[in-house]
Amino acid sequence: MSEFLQQLLNGLSLGAIYALIALGYTMVYGVLRFINFAHSDVFMVGAFIGYYLGRLVPENTVWGGLVVLLVAMLGCAVLGMLIEKLAYRPLRGAATLNVLITAIGVSLLLEYSGQVFFGATPRTFPAVFPSVNFTFGSLVISSNQVVVIAVAAFLMVALEFIVHRTKIGTAMRAVSLNPKAAQLVGINNDVVISFTFGLGSALAAAGGILYALNYPSIDPLMGVMPGLKAFVAAVLGGIGNIPGAALGGLLLGTVETFVNGSQWSTYKDAIAFAILIIILLFRPAGLLGKSTVEKV
Amino acid sequence: MPRPHLYLLLALLAAAGISYFSDRIDPYYLDVIIGIGINIILAVSLNLVNGYTGQFSLGHAGFMSVGAYAAAAVSLFLGPRILGEEGGTVLQQGLMFLAALTAGGLGAALAGLGVGIPSLRLKGDYLALVTLGFGEIIRVIFQNVEDLGGALGLNGIPAYTSIFWVLAFVALAVFTVTCLVHSTYGRGFLATKDDEVASEAVGLNTTRYKIVAFVVGAFFAGAAGGLYGHFKMTITPTGFDFTKSIEIVVMVILGGMGNTLGVILAAILLTLLPEVLRPIAEYRMIIYSLLLIVLMIVRPQGLFNFRLGKAKL
Repeated sequence: MSEFLQQLLNGLSLGAIYALIALGYTMVYGVLRFINFAHSDVFMVGAFIGYYLGRLVPENTVWGGLVVLLVAMLGCAVLGMLIEKLAYRPLRGAATLNVLITAIGVSLLLEYSGQVFFGATPRTFPAVFPSVNFTFGSLVISSNQVVVIAVAAFLMVALEFIVHRTKIGTAMRAVSLNPKAAQLVGINNDVVISFTFGLGSALAAAGGILYALNYPSIDPLMGVMPGLKAFVAAVLGGIGNIPGAALGGLLLGTVETFVNGSQWSTYKDAIAFAILIIILLFRPAGLLGKSTVEKV
Repeated sequence: MPRPHLYLLLALLAAAGISYFSDRIDPYYLDVIIGIGINIILAVSLNLVNGYTGQFSLGHAGFMSVGAYAAAAVSLFLGPRILGEEGGTVLQQGLMFLAALTAGGLGAALAGLGVGIPSLRLKGDYLALVTLGFGEIIRVIFQNVEDLGGALGLNGIPAYTSIFWVLAFVALAVFTVTCLVHSTYGRGFLATKDDEVASEAVGLNTTRYKIVAFVVGAFFAGAAGGLYGHFKMTITPTGFDFTKSIEIVVMVILGGMGNTLGVILAAILLTLLPEVLRPIAEYRMIIYSLLLIVLMIVRPQGLFNFRLGKAKL
């Protein structure tokens, strides 16, 4: 039983990270209807900003950790907006496939630039947050897990607030619902799309830092697998659906952790895709998505 | 004899002719040409699925790996028993290799059928994701099967791949795809791509077309995998991850979807590019990715999307 709780806790903290990345995928898909492959590399850049910054702030302090987190989020928000402006905006209205290939191009660009500028060898991420283990009976909770879950929960609530209670959030939902109609009522779509990229990239950066805290080895290709799985999480919850992405991330993280703890551990990378295929075959709109009727 | 068949025969003869002189070609160039040929087979076969039929598949490397493993298994495990200790004569080896490549192709085609039937009901991005997922699952399975070397892969595959086999299969792939698409039956592929609802309204079974495209595409991907395995003499599961699939998709899109000639040119260009950029190895992938972004912005219809002669497709 305690082992079950332990695994559940580990799963939830991994799932919270997947959820943070998945939110960025789902928001971009909501407004632009394409898979932003470069998102997973923004996640990597976030972790690297944290790595370089983490050596400047004092180790093991809460404020130091928060500064690292905030600066990385800000840096990646700018990066995300820049990517959107330079690579995706010229393709507004082009076929989805072209945008997809451009996204793959941006993804490769970030990965290989990372290998040239950061080096391809894995680095150890500094312990920016204080690290303590709390024990409850046989249950061990590391402070990093607490940080991951607390930060992720806070960011998700903040996102929910932005999307539902602010003017720009309303505009985001409007663009996602119908871009042309949104333009007709006076919304500047470019600003909204740019903001969406910034927001999603900031969440990815937070995910990157939190991931690096728990798995403290970072390299320029670290984003590929978590990115793919986070995308699976977004589809699992219903792409374009924000609570769905959070749910999908938590679910996927938990399932993967349990598989990892079982005798099938070597199949853990396959399990995400197996879940994806089953979901898409039986419930193509995802767990929380609304299925749409195709009109001819 | 119909003209396409004549072309195929001529191409096969040319392949035999070139391979006769292959001793005089610099081995480095020979390697590059074989690499180009394998990529052409992959790109042309994926073009049938992505370009002509309009189904976005991101799992081509998965089928390639099935073919590579099946072909390697045939020549590693069956080869010594049939050919004996000495390895047999050249003719026997050639027949053995043909059998191995056919096994690779058929294995991949079977995998294509298994993946295609459930997933081809999905469209667009979702289909792309499911095919990507299947590709990754195939990779993880190969990593876990100890009899096939697990994560270390298979080593010591006989080096059967020669320029003749590569050119012959390039010719065969181009011939099959071109004839298929230009046949009366094959118009259904284009109809499926252009408007699925309208095609069904006139009585075409679009699901069936998609599956046929998928299976034929997978067959040649498998054969290309077999050629690749017997060329590199070693295969690992990680060599067929989704980056490889993306590489092939990029060739198809740069060449211009549904344009075999353009796709062949793109495959040549994209295989040569890293070789040309080898002196600046560190930056070559950065240049490659930048080129990709710029090309998509300035030439979204594909780099080589032009028509030659009277070909109307």
